[in-house]
Amino acid sequence: MRDGTIVVAGASLAGLRGAEALRTNGFSGRLILVGDEPHRPYDRPPLSKHVLTGEIPPGATTLPGVGTLRAEWRLGTPAAGLDRAGRALLLADGGRVPFDRLLIATGARARAWPAPEEARLSGVHTLRSRDDAAALAAGLAARPRRVLILGAGFIGCEVASSIRSLGLPVTVVDPAPAPLAQALGRVIGGFVAGRMVAAGVDLRLGMRVTRLEGDRAVRRARLEDGGTVEADLVVVALGAVRNTGWLAGAGLDADEGGLSCDGACRALDGEGHPVPDIFAAGDVARFPHPLLGNRPVALEHWGNAVAQAAHAARAMLDGPDSVGPYAEVPAFWSNQFGLTIKSLGLTEGADAVAIVQGSPRAGRFLAAYGRAGRTVAAVSVNAGRWLPAYEGPIRDGAPFPPITGGADQPRPESVPPGLPAPKVA
Amino acid sequence: MRVVVDLNRCQAYAQCCYAAPDRFVLRGDEILVYDPAPPASDRAAVDRAVQACPVRAIRVEHEDAPAERPA
Ligand SMILES: Cc1cc2nc3c(=O)[nH]c(=O)nc-3n(C[C@H](O)[C@H](O)[C@H](O)COP(=O)(O)OP(=O)(O)OC[C@H]3O[C@@H](n4cnc5c(N)ncnc54)[C@H](O)[C@@H]3O)c2cc1C
Ligand code: SF4
Repeated sequence: MRDGTIVVAGASLAGLRGAEALRTNGFSGRLILVGDEPHRPYDRPPLSKHVLTGEIPPGATTLPGVGTLRAEWRLGTPAAGLDRAGRALLLADGGRVPFDRLLIATGARARAWPAPEEARLSGVHTLRSRDDAAALAAGLAARPRRVLILGAGFIGCEVASSIRSLGLPVTVVDPAPAPLAQALGRVIGGFVAGRMVAAGVDLRLGMRVTRLEGDRAVRRARLEDGGTVEADLVVVALGAVRNTGWLAGAGLDADEGGLSCDGACRALDGEGHPVPDIFAAGDVARFPHPLLGNRPVALEHWGNAVAQAAHAARAMLDGPDSVGPYAEVPAFWSNQFGLTIKSLGLTEGADAVAIVQGSPRAGRFLAAYGRAGRTVAAVSVNAGRWLPAYEGPIRDGAPFPPITGGADQPRPESVPPGLPAPKVA
Repeated sequence: MRVVVDLNRCQAYAQCCYAAPDRFVLRGDEILVYDPAPPASDRAAVDRAVQACPVRAIRVEHEDAPAERPA
């Protein structure tokens, strides 16, 4: 299919890159991008990094590709529903946008603090959008006496790093035994914890916040051990939930964990059958990953949004059989506390980790992760150039620990990575 | 002008920093900080940075985006 109408729901990274790939692969029909934000697609990774430090204005990260895309933009209007039989996207303003093919790229949003009246206190922030970053930056400009960050995942840690570099006191609270424990495990997370503490972060691990208190503005947080943290700015960084609420009633397999799709990015209906004209890509898509024995996962990685959207575009034009299953090795990066952390593969379910190059003492190393004797992931810390060599071993499930390091490498000692117990599928 | 760097691909070779020192800076060991919206007057320098990157991680678009308002 090279003509007709393709509608893209969600106008951010995956939506833009999917739309571009449709054009570069020869789609000459009508292309309509529908987005609830009023902005053209922009880049999110800087929002928790150089935007908070004030080096980049929140509005500056509009993505290359928006200028030349021959598309119609319907921005500032969320999609509110889907008429599958009538092949139309229903907009919140009452509009109806008919399509021949639909690409769903509505991404994810920050998980809110569970008590709504506490979440509404002024000074309580989440960070997902450009507007969130602007509001948070404005809050920081007022020089709060202490910032409290709930959650030591990637966004919580990056935000902590940025705010520490502004010289503000920062407390981070997380129930896990180490920062980034979910993704990297306790061993590598423990290394990052050392950097956080060295940077002056008051790090409270194995601890939960039970309540946010204040009148109109937040004043303090109550901890489960009865203690309190006095803070006049709070960043809730408790992960993301997928934007699938608007699909309720459409008969697709969708929930807060994502919209299920097959390897060709086709959305699955309630019975698990692929729907021929609806596709998904990016953070919203939950797809069978070959590296996990085709267990469904939804990733939250910039690189996945780009690659999966391109895969979906090809499947939309040339049919699912011509593209084969999406099997990109997951990759992401993070910058925090002077570190560049890069990851390849999926650490989920890993039972061993070994430093295979460099050393934590030198502040530069590469850790490989294994599961049942096979290499499943690699994480570099300030050693990005070593990482690409591990893509092959991960893709092939090479024996763990993988042999790729130089001859100067010590015999790697492998230990349990301290990852949370794997979820049962 | 709009710039984005694929930081999965970037390996901190710093060639861009030599080509366009006002727009690309390497911080610490390998944190690349870049200006995502350089002024049009920097076009030649930014183009040099794109060319210089050994892993082709930098993408630039010179065309102006249509006005940033809902259609
Ligand atoms: C602060 C921050 C820092 C990050 N840093 C990194 C990093 O360092 N490395 C990395 O690999 N990844 C990082 N990421 C993750 C990366 O940005 C995401 O994976 C990427 O943005 C996903 O793109 P997407 O287009 O799938 O979803 P999104 O970017 O979430 O875009 C979805 C779009 O759809 C819109 N939308 C939602 N519902 C509707 C609706 N009903 N109708 C119309 N539009 C709708 C949303 O408002 C949004 O504009 C970061 C994310 C954040 C928030
Ligand atoms: S030249 Fe390329 S690889 Fe080197 S720092 Fe710049 S973007 Fe990164």
